[in-house]
Amino acid sequence: MNSTILISGGTLPDGKKSDLLIKDGKIAEISTKIESDAARVIDASKSVLLPGLVDLHTHLREPGKEDAETVESGSQAGVKGGFTALSAMANTSPVADTAGVVEQVYRLGQSTGLLDVFPIGAVTRGLEGEHLAEIGAMADSVARVRVFSDDGHCVFDPLVMRRALEYVKKFNGVIAQHAQEPRLTQGSQMNEGIVSSQLGLKGWPAIAEEAIIARDVLLADHVQARLHICHLTTAGGVEIIRWAKARGINVTAEVTPHHLLLTDELARSYDPVFKVNPPLRTQADVMALREALADGTIDIVATDHAPHPAETKECEWQEASFGMLGLETALSIVNKTMVETGLINWATVAERMSYAPARIGLYENHGQELKVGAPAHIAVMDPTSLFRVDRDLVASRSRNTPFHGMQLPGQIVATIFNGEVVFEGGRS
Amino acid sequence: MTGSVVNAGDGTHEHPSQALLDAFTIRKHLAHGGDDLTGLHVAIVGDVLHSRVARSNVLLLTKLGAQVTLVAPPTLLPVGVESWPVKVSYDFDSVVESVDAVMMLRIQLERMTELFFPNAREYSRYFGLNKDRLKKMKSTAIVMHPGPMNRGLEITADSADSARSVILEQVTNGVSVRMAILYLLLAGSQEIGTSE
Repeated sequence: MNSTILISGGTLPDGKKSDLLIKDGKIAEISTKIESDAARVIDASKSVLLPGLVDLHTHLREPGKEDAETVESGSQAGVKGGFTALSAMANTSPVADTAGVVEQVYRLGQSTGLLDVFPIGAVTRGLEGEHLAEIGAMADSVARVRVFSDDGHCVFDPLVMRRALEYVKKFNGVIAQHAQEPRLTQGSQMNEGIVSSQLGLKGWPAIAEEAIIARDVLLADHVQARLHICHLTTAGGVEIIRWAKARGINVTAEVTPHHLLLTDELARSYDPVFKVNPPLRTQADVMALREALADGTIDIVATDHAPHPAETKECEWQEASFGMLGLETALSIVNKTMVETGLINWATVAERMSYAPARIGLYENHGQELKVGAPAHIAVMDPTSLFRVDRDLVASRSRNTPFHGMQLPGQIVATIFNGEVVFEGGRS
Repeated sequence: MTGSVVNAGDGTHEHPSQALLDAFTIRKHLAHGGDDLTGLHVAIVGDVLHSRVARSNVLLLTKLGAQVTLVAPPTLLPVGVESWPVKVSYDFDSVVESVDAVMMLRIQLERMTELFFPNAREYSRYFGLNKDRLKKMKSTAIVMHPGPMNRGLEITADSADSARSVILEQVTNGVSVRMAILYLLLAGSQEIGTSE
C-alpha cells in the first residue's frame, strides 16, 4: 500500500491532460506537471485515465464450476479489462442464496486482492422463483449484499417479484431482473425473426423481454422500489424504460458490449460462441441500444461475462450453453461502438462504466471521480492502439469469446486498484 | 484434401435432397419437357414452422421458377415468413383449385399438446387433404407427401392412394436422385462437362 506511482501525461475523462500521483492507496495529486521520485512511472501520454471500471453483472462460476472460471481467474480477466470491481452473479452451485455462500465468494475476492468482488444474492431460494432467499441475512453479512438477482432465470411470478422489490427497500437494495417471459421462450435458441425463420431454430421473441419489463416497471412504481433491468436487448424494451423514466419510476438498465455490436446474422454460422441469453438481436435493435446508452435511457454497460468450458460451447448449437466472455474486451467494444462513432465521450464512458454501476450497487468505495483524496482505482487505456482478440490468450479460464479474430481499438495499459498496479499491459 | 458433405436433413432447417427429388417428380409430371418449373404453382400445406422439407423446397422450387404458396394455420408458420419468396394463405380451399401440385407435410401429434391447434379433427377439417378438396383440384394436378404419412390426419387414405398421388413415385425418385448426388460428388463435376 505504500508504493508511490506516477501516471504521467494521461488524459482525464474531461479531456484535460494531467499527471496523476498515487500514494498510500489514494490519489495524492493531479496537476499538469508533477515532479516526483515515484517508485513507478506509467507513461500515459497516449492514454485516457478512467476511474476503475465497475461491472454489475459477472459470472465467476465459483463455487461449483471452477473448470469454467474461478474468482481468481475472473478477477484476472477483470483487471485485464480495466475493472476494479465485479459483481458475482448468484447462479453458482450451490446458489448464492445464503449468507454462507455470499461470504465465501466475498472472501475469495478479498484474498485474490486484484479487485473487489461484490456478491449478488439470489432473489429466490435455489433460483426456483418460489420462496424468497435469505435476503436479509445476505444484506447483513460481511459481503453486505445490496443487489439481488435470479439471473439466468426470470423472477416470473408477479407476486414474488412484488414482495422482493418491497423487501429490499429495508436497506435500499435493488432487484436486478432477468427479463424473460418463460412460456414465450420455451426451448428458444435465438432471436425470433427473419434469420430464425430461415434457420429453423426456435425463436426468442423480443416481446418476451418487453412484457416483463413493462410489468416490472409498473410494479416498481406501485411499491416505490428500485428496479434494475439486466441486459436489455430490444428497441421495444428501450421504449418502455424511456417511458418509465419519464414517469419518474426508479428503474435503471444495462446493456452488454456484445449486444452493442453483434447481431443475429451471426447465428447463420451455427457457431455456438454466438449463442447467448438474451440472444443477439437485429441491427435495428443494436442501433436503438447505442442511442439509448448515449442519451442515458440505458444507465450502464455490464458485461454478463459468462465463461463456459469447451465441451458445452464447442458442440451443436442446440446443445450448447448460452453465454459469452466479456470482461477483457468490454472497454474496447464500447470504444468502438460508442466513442469512435461520436455517440459519447470519455466522461460519459466513466459515468456508464464506473460511476453509475457503483451507484446502483451502492459500492461506496468505487465509481468515484479521479480527484485528490479519492481511492486510487484507475484504468489507463490507450484508445488508439489496435489489438487482435485471441481466444487462446485470454486471462479467463474459458475461451468462448465471440470477438475472436476481430481487431479492436483500445488496449488497457495499466489497471490500478487501491493504489497498486494489478495489471500492466506488456504485449504490443 | 477436399471433400463434399451431403446434407441428409438437419433438424428443422433444411433437407436439400428431398427438395431435389420433389422438384424432379414435379418436373417429370408437369414440366412437359421443360428444364425448369416456370409457370407452375405449388402449395406446401401444413407444419411449415418445424419443416426442413418446406424450407428446402421453397428455396429450390422458386429458384426453378415455380410459384409457391404456403398453407397453414398462423401458429405453424414462422415469424419472419414474410421475408420468404412465397405467398402465404390460411385458407386451403381458396388455394386448392388453382395449384398444379399440393405437397402435404406431416403433422406430429405432439404439436397438439403444444397448443399449435385445438385437436386433430379441427386440423383435418381446415388443412387436411380429403376427397372433397381432391375433386376441386385441376385435372392435371398431383398430390405429394414426403412421408411418413399420418393417414386420416393431414391426408385421407383415399387421397393418398388416388390416381393423382405420386407419393410412392417420390420414394422411388428419391433413390435415383440420391444416387445421382453421390455419383456426381464422387465422380467429380468434370464428368458433367465432358458428357455435354
